[in-house]
Amino acid sequence: MSLPPAARAALDAFAGCPGWEQRARLLMQWGERLEPLGEAERVPANQVQGCESSVWLLAERREGCWHFRAYSDARLLRGLLAVLLARVDGLGGEELAQLDVAEWFDQLGLSRQLSPSRSNGMNAVLQRMRELTRS
Amino acid sequence: MVLHSPWRADFPALSLFEAQGQTYLDSAATAQKPQALIDALTGYYTSGVANVHRAQHSPAERVTRLYEAARQRVASWLNAASPSQIVFTRGTTEALNLLAYGLEHRLAAGDEIVISALEHHANLLPWQQLALRTQARLVILPLDARGEIELDAAARLIGPRTRILAVSQLSNVLGRWQPVEALLQLARAQGAITVVDGAQASVHGRHDLQALGCDFYAFSAHKLYGPDGVGVLYGRADCLDRLKHWQFGGEMVRRADFHSADFHAAPMGLEAGTPPIAGVIGLSAALDYLCSLDAQAVRRHEQALLEHLVAGLSVREGVRLLGEPQAALASFVVDDVHHADLAQLLGEQGVAVRGGNHCAMPLMQRLGVPGAIRVSLGLYNDGEDLTRFFAALDQALEILR
Repeated sequence: MSLPPAARAALDAFAGCPGWEQRARLLMQWGERLEPLGEAERVPANQVQGCESSVWLLAERREGCWHFRAYSDARLLRGLLAVLLARVDGLGGEELAQLDVAEWFDQLGLSRQLSPSRSNGMNAVLQRMRELTRS
Repeated sequence: MVLHSPWRADFPALSLFEAQGQTYLDSAATAQKPQALIDALTGYYTSGVANVHRAQHSPAERVTRLYEAARQRVASWLNAASPSQIVFTRGTTEALNLLAYGLEHRLAAGDEIVISALEHHANLLPWQQLALRTQARLVILPLDARGEIELDAAARLIGPRTRILAVSQLSNVLGRWQPVEALLQLARAQGAITVVDGAQASVHGRHDLQALGCDFYAFSAHKLYGPDGVGVLYGRADCLDRLKHWQFGGEMVRRADFHSADFHAAPMGLEAGTPPIAGVIGLSAALDYLCSLDAQAVRRHEQALLEHLVAGLSVREGVRLLGEPQAALASFVVDDVHHADLAQLLGEQGVAVRGGNHCAMPLMQRLGVPGAIRVSLGLYNDGEDLTRFFAALDQALEILR
C-alpha cells in the first residue's frame, strides 16, 4: 500500500526528529494545519467521549472514500490528530479497516501516545473513527 | 534551596525513579511505599497465609490475630475508643458508598444531604445517587476565593431538613484545610449525621477522631504510604449500629436458612467476604513506620516544600494557582496554555504530575477552568524534585508559548 502524499510528508518530518522537544514543536506545527471546525460542528454529537481534552471528529464518505475533519482545544493533541488524518484521509472502507494505526504512530516515533495509560484520548479517537466508519 | 528528606531512603522506588530520571510529584493520587510495608507483605505471604475468622487451625489463628491487631493499630492511630469502630473496606470510595447505602433507610423525600463544592467524585456521586433514590435534596456548600467552604453560607444552608453532612477535610484539588469542626457543629445542632472524607487529610497529620467528633470518617491506605485495595471506615459505635447491612456473603452472617438470615453487628457485619488480609496487615506496618517518624519534622518538611512550590509558581508569568493551598499540593493553570499540553510535556521530561479534572468535574466548572495541573508532595520529596519540576515547567512553557 503506497502512502498518501500528506502521510509521506509526515513520515519524512517525524522520522528525522532527534528528540521530544523537536517532536513537540513539529506536532504543534502540524496541528496548526488542521482546519478549525465551525461553532455548529463543535457540538456534543461530534465530540469524542473519553478524552480529558475536548476533541471533535467528523467523518464523511465521498465516492467510496472516507474524509475526516477533527479538532481539539489542546495543541499537541491537534498535532496528533493531524498526523492521523494525514494517514487515513481518503482511504476506502476496506483500506481503513486494515490499517494498523499503532504501527503508523510507531513509525513516526509517537507510539507512546497510544499507550493505554494515556489520557490524551487518541485511543478514544481511534475507537470513534471505527464506529463512524462502520455504520 | 536545600530541602533534604531524611526519609527518602526508606522508599526503594524513589532511588529507582531517580535512576530512570523520573520525578514523582503525584502522591495525592497514590503514594510510594516504604520498605517496612514491602517487608510486611512479603513476610505475610512467605510465612503461610490463611483466611481470617473462619477456621480453628493454627495458621488461621495466627493470621486472624494479625488482622485484628491491625484493627487495633488503626483504632489507636485515629484515637478511636474501640477497635470495633474500625471497618475495613476496599478504599475511601467503598467506605462512602457503604454509608450511602447503609444510611438510605434514614432518608425520606425532601430531606437534605449537604456536601461542598470541592468534593471529589467519591464524596459526591454516592450522595447524589442516594438523593436520586430517595428524592432527597443535595445541597452544595459554596467556597470562598481561598478554596474554603464558606461558613456563613453553611450556617444558612444546614437546616432542620439536613440529615447528612459529608465534607472533605482537605481538598484534593485546592490543598486547603476545611473548617470541619465548625461545620460539624452546625450539623450536630440540626441532629444530622456527619461524615468526613479524610482521603487527603489522613496523610498530612494525625487526626484525633474523638476530639473531632464526627460520626464517620473514611480514608484509603494507598495514599497513606500503605497498600492499595484497603480503606478504613471509622464510625461512632451508636452510628455504626444504625447502618443497614449493604453487602451480603461470607462471615458477615450470624444465622442463615434458605429464606432468611440475620447478620453480625459492625465491624464484621460490614465486611462481607474475604477481606484484603495482606493489605490490612500492610496498612498496619505502614502506620508503624509512620509512628516511628518525628511527626513534627515531617510536617515542617512538607510545609517547607509547599512554600517553595507555591513561591516558585507565583513568580512565573501567567501561572494562576487555584485557591490558596495550605498542605502538600497545589493546582494551577497557565494563561493561554492547555493543561493537557503542559501535562504531556512535563511527562516527556520525566516529571510525574497530574493534569485534568482530578475527579472533581463540578469543582472545575465552578472554578471556570477545563482542568488544571496538580503537583502533590510526599514526605520523600525534596528540593531537588522541585528544582527539576520548575526546570521542566519552564522548558515546556517555552515550547508552548
